[in-house]
Amino acid sequence: MNWSEFWHMGGYALYVWSSFGVTALLMIAEPLLVGARCRNARRRIARLRRLQQEENR
Amino acid sequence: MSSRLVNWFHFSSPATFYPLAGRLVPIFAVIAVILIAVGLYLSFFVAPTDYKQGEGYRIIFVHVPAAWMSMFIYLVMAFWAALGLIFNTRLSMMMAQALAPTGALFTFLALWTGAFWGKPMWGAWWVWDARLTSELILFFLYIGYIALQGAIDDTRRADRAGAILLLVGVVNIPIIYFSVKWWNTLHQGASVSLKGDVHMATTMLVTMLIMVLGFWAYSIAVALKRVRCIILERERDAGWVGRLPEIRA
Repeated sequence: MNWSEFWHMGGYALYVWSSFGVTALLMIAEPLLVGARCRNARRRIARLRRLQQEENR
Repeated sequence: MSSRLVNWFHFSSPATFYPLAGRLVPIFAVIAVILIAVGLYLSFFVAPTDYKQGEGYRIIFVHVPAAWMSMFIYLVMAFWAALGLIFNTRLSMMMAQALAPTGALFTFLALWTGAFWGKPMWGAWWVWDARLTSELILFFLYIGYIALQGAIDDTRRADRAGAILLLVGVVNIPIIYFSVKWWNTLHQGASVSLKGDVHMATTMLVTMLIMVLGFWAYSIAVALKRVRCIILERERDAGWVGRLPEIRA
């Protein structure tokens, strides 16, 4: 089997690649978004703590 | 100290669960990557061409795992919601909240890949068939839960309202599962049933199960990572959060 035959998927290219493509896209995007959410939370907490310490001084 | 008894309530405290989840996330992430890589290789290079549907049937290797996860995650969320209502544990509610976006994602993928499978095989992107409609209702339940939780400012009230919605919605899961039996549907019957009947070739079945396990590990990794974010967001004023090395740095 050569590669052009592989991408052609026996005439089902649109359906097979749309299914696998969107699945891959979302399953890569979700962990990245969750990582960003945690980073934001940590940064916000660190900033709040710094402000509190400055106020207490 | 007795080693036979594990005090599960010990891990119900966010302060002890946060570092535990942090250690588990990379383990499940690695398992997910390996299983999905192997599953994709088998999907395209090992599993044979179907005698009826040609290469188009390969959509099954993402469609079925996504559909199973969409239902399974909902049941796990309902379990955490019930636990949260009974024991009044904050962490159970956070677990339910952490699973919701991943469950919604898999429900969307089940519908999306189903549409791209239905078009070439049935000639329609969508039909108001019992299986498809009940799966769409599951998607609305996930969205409704996320919206309801987000709309209530008081976290404890938001948790309780969300938990009740989740428990009421559980009725939809057997409807989805048995829809292909109870009604005359365009959707095909179960390829693998609870009674152990399998209607597919062994290589296809093995490939599908590897993908299911991969999606399973993925869901655990993402949900544990998200529950860590939720713990930080909710417990930001707690003393132990301020002592975390990643916060002090």
